Amino acid sequence: MFDFREYLRMEMFPHMLCPGCGHGIVLGALLRAIHSLKLTKDEIVVVSGIGCSSRLAGYVDFNTLHTTHGRPLAFATGIKLARPELTVIVITGDGDGLSIGGNHLIHAARRNVGLTCLLLNNQIYGMTGGQFAPTTQIGRVSTTSPKGQYETPFDSCKLAEAAGASFVARGITYEPSALEKLIVAAIENKGFSFLEVASDCPEFFGRFNKLGNPADQILMQKQNVVDVEAAAALPAERLRGKMLTGILHHEPRPEYGAVYAESVA
Amino acid sequence: MGAATKTVQLLQGNAACARAALAAGCRFYAGYPISPSSEIAEVMARLLPPAGGKFIQMEDEIASLGAVIGASLAGVKGMTATSGPGFSLMQEHIGYACYAEVPCVIVNVMRGGPSTGLPTLPAQGDVMQARWGTHGDHPAIALCPSTPAEVYELTVLAFNLSERLRTPVILLMDEVVAHMYEKVDMRRLANLPVENRARPTCEPGKHAAFTPGADGVPVMAPFGDGYRYHVTGLAHDDRGYPTQDPKLVAATNRRLQEKTVRNREGLMRYELLDTEDAEVIVFAYGIVAAAARRAVREARKQGIRAGLFRPITLWPFPGEELAAACAGASRVIVAEMNLGQMSGEVQRVIGRSKDVESCLKADGEAISPEEILLAIEGKEVRHV
Repeated sequence: MFDFREYLRMEMFPHMLCPGCGHGIVLGALLRAIHSLKLTKDEIVVVSGIGCSSRLAGYVDFNTLHTTHGRPLAFATGIKLARPELTVIVITGDGDGLSIGGNHLIHAARRNVGLTCLLLNNQIYGMTGGQFAPTTQIGRVSTTSPKGQYETPFDSCKLAEAAGASFVARGITYEPSALEKLIVAAIENKGFSFLEVASDCPEFFGRFNKLGNPADQILMQKQNVVDVEAAAALPAERLRGKMLTGILHHEPRPEYGAVYAESVA
Repeated sequence: MGAATKTVQLLQGNAACARAALAAGCRFYAGYPISPSSEIAEVMARLLPPAGGKFIQMEDEIASLGAVIGASLAGVKGMTATSGPGFSLMQEHIGYACYAEVPCVIVNVMRGGPSTGLPTLPAQGDVMQARWGTHGDHPAIALCPSTPAEVYELTVLAFNLSERLRTPVILLMDEVVAHMYEKVDMRRLANLPVENRARPTCEPGKHAAFTPGADGVPVMAPFGDGYRYHVTGLAHDDRGYPTQDPKLVAATNRRLQEKTVRNREGLMRYELLDTEDAEVIVFAYGIVAAAARRAVREARKQGIRAGLFRPITLWPFPGEELAAACAGASRVIVAEMNLGQMSGEVQRVIGRSKDVESCLKADGEAISPEEILLAIEGKEVRHV
């Protein structure tokens, strides 16, 4: 039986996330995925950077490392090389992973280091009060784009795939059980797995853009996406402006540590 | 067999550093190419795999130190090497390693600065950065060798201090020492003691990750050994959990500062040459100390009672030792390849009863014995 309390540091509660924040749904899916994989708590390392999503690392009863802004993949790379038998999961956000840490993301993907990277995309810098992020859609209001965002956002999944990630997927908090399965598949992939999860930020993103209550915002995620398998049968106009969910790319190739061992022998 | 087994070896400073790191138990190196430190990475790339270690060329210096800290938390001794621009980029992670108490060694082969500066020419312009480069109050240990043999010895010491005190240790070389070749007698160096961090012996679950021992240093559990705990760069309590409680924050910040004070023995290294009766003391470190040694000897031949104080540990600053050595001297000259970074520190230590004189150079050239001799003779005196 899955009991989330077994995986949480209950003494750390109450947590510091805002009411309605989607990050807890992602954490729940992650813990269920770990449970279903029958991984022990000792063999898991959760590494995070700086930002709301990165604070999740503090609440889980694993080996946890809350690093500097944008750099969790660098720390995680060191851990994985030093102790290849550990399952290393990186939790990052859109600002942490794609802005200040963008360089580390593409290089971790290129090397195909055996890490699972969960990028929680809420399109905003929440911790600092609601500034636009590299994933903020055009027109969206933030404290630093008061008249609407004008920079083109990243599609982080395309970026990760182009950089060489052997597993790329996108999930949404509207579908936590599908998300759990994606996390399982991501961890099972031996190389670098990248999983973007659309999460909501009612406190800043939702409020600034008048998107209704948290439930409305989670529902909006569903309306903004199309499953990648269903998309294959849909005409192009039905896909315009939609993000694809599901496993977007899975092309297993030897993990960095295996390549290293063979190459330097 | 290779050079490692020969009694006397011709060693370059950078190569000595890499070989010593291996001998000290370093099994992880992450770095980014930068002159004049690159040979360290090149030697590590060759020597680590056969020793069962890992070498990785990272995407930048920030990532390099991040990876080293990660490896160290997983129980593997790690090192990175760089020069000025890369050292600037590493500052945030130096602070992280101080606060999260992660042992690691950072080598900075100093070149002319600021900015891109003089990529392959010597300088000593990063000595204050080694002390105060990262934000916030923090402990700092920086060692400064003056010959390739000493590079070897101090690299081992850097690892030992880092393991003993759970703090980053900086090895500050200048370009001349890094690229200088010297015949090194390996008999003593090959047998230097190697220290390893203390590991918990208690049951998992009973280990308080950041509760200090009698020496102010908490026992460190590697990730993956059953002692699950939290590590953060946020102010944290003894469990590693974030806190903003002023009492807890103050206690930790003070304890970290005091790690280098309480464990001063074995940490403070310096060399005295002819200081007992000296009227003029030259304060010099790194390659400048080699020039100063010659200048002091020449001065003695002329009947000038000169002496040399060579700090080997730059941080913590050997203030008490310097003050004692300078007590009987009427003049103190600081010779350094920068515009007076340590001169201010020396002045602070010896007090205002005598003005520190200086022999400074920040133009990409090493200071010559003749220039220091002129300063000793009082022919070219500049006050800070």
